[in-house]
Amino acid sequence: MTLPLPFGPAGLDPAEVWSVSDLNQAARGLLEQNMPPVWVRGEVTSFKSYASGHWYFTLQDGNAQVRCVMWRTWVQRAKSKPEEGAEVHIFGTPGLWEEKGEFRFTATVLLRSDQLGQQQQQLDATRAALTRDGLLDPSRKRPLPRYPSTLAVVTSLEGAALHDIVTVARSRWPAVRILVVGARVQGGDAVPELARALRTVNLLDADVCIVGRGGGAREDLSAFNEEKVCRALAAVKVPTISAVGHESDITLCDLVADVRAATPSNAAELAVPDQREVRGVVDGLALRLAGGLTRRTRLLSERLGRTADRLESGMEGVVRLHRHRLERIGAQLDALSPLRVLERGFAVPMSQEGRVLRRREEFTPGLRYRLSVRNGDVPSRVEDA
Amino acid sequence: MADTPSLAEEVRALEEIVRRLEQEDVDLDAALKLFEEGIARLRRARETLAGAEQTVQSVLADASGALRSTRVDI
Repeated sequence: MTLPLPFGPAGLDPAEVWSVSDLNQAARGLLEQNMPPVWVRGEVTSFKSYASGHWYFTLQDGNAQVRCVMWRTWVQRAKSKPEEGAEVHIFGTPGLWEEKGEFRFTATVLLRSDQLGQQQQQLDATRAALTRDGLLDPSRKRPLPRYPSTLAVVTSLEGAALHDIVTVARSRWPAVRILVVGARVQGGDAVPELARALRTVNLLDADVCIVGRGGGAREDLSAFNEEKVCRALAAVKVPTISAVGHESDITLCDLVADVRAATPSNAAELAVPDQREVRGVVDGLALRLAGGLTRRTRLLSERLGRTADRLESGMEGVVRLHRHRLERIGAQLDALSPLRVLERGFAVPMSQEGRVLRRREEFTPGLRYRLSVRNGDVPSRVEDA
Repeated sequence: MADTPSLAEEVRALEEIVRRLEQEDVDLDAALKLFEEGIARLRRARETLAGAEQTVQSVLADASGALRSTRVDI
């Protein structure tokens, strides 16, 4: 089959003809892939709330309009239905409704513009109060413990954040004790429940505390901008980690906490060390401990060896010195020996008691004495003087 | 749990022991004592590291501050 062609030189391959569905799907893909979520301001008209819970309305300014839908999940979080003609801010993504080929904006947050201003004012006032009391002062920040035994977690018991925190913390540090203090993290009760839960943390023997929730619309994080919650967080006695929403969301709690984590999983990573790293640290210490003792004993044995060497050489010196002196004294003694004198033919008179008789007066008449000569004693007697 | 030293204390004490042992002014007796203490601390640190997986507890405080905890399965 060949179709008459408005353009192109050759026949058209039917396989290249798009269906309407193809066209709308491609256009939708282009829109969704290239448009990030945005805030849009406008006036609400043709508002319709269906029994299914979804809202449909048109947003317009003086020159243009766009059809909008807000699904039930998000409707439940909106504070109140907008009145016809109300000025609102909506947050969401533009897309294409394929069945109708309609350009449509899917909103996840709807705020009355006058409330938005009030909210900003409230936020500024809270921030100013916290700043005045020094709660946002960077010098207040405490370091996180390196090896916490007990981790307190303040979040919703139903939320994905708790699951993420527990899963990550346990995979890194199975022995960590996790105490969860449950609190609603959005809605009317969130502020008192979060504040109370944070006070409860001070009754526990926790080493570190994570407070947070998973991602949500900016509105859903508002409890974490409340002064009561911020002050309760500042009063937690152990170091705190905040993990509120996605990385791009920053709440006042993030500024009050000692450390801000990008996400709940990241908070768990910051809170507990990886056991493999700690094993490495402990193994390193074991090696150094053994090495320290070995080195200690080697040094001592070297010192002992050196001392023994010195002792030995010292002793040798002493012995040599004494031997030398002995020899010298021996020679002197030898030279002085009376035997030497007798050798030369002298005789020494000695009393019976062995005293040398040196003076004439000592030789009284009749005195018996001995005369020592070279080879013995000769008994002698003094004749008349 | 509160009575036994935490891993943080064990590691801190171990670092101190190793630091002293690596200095030269420790006599052999003291070095041996330090070494023995270090070995005991190493053993405890490794026991803590190999500790059993703890359960997750949900804690509630009543108006008087009394705590009540229940196990949470995650």
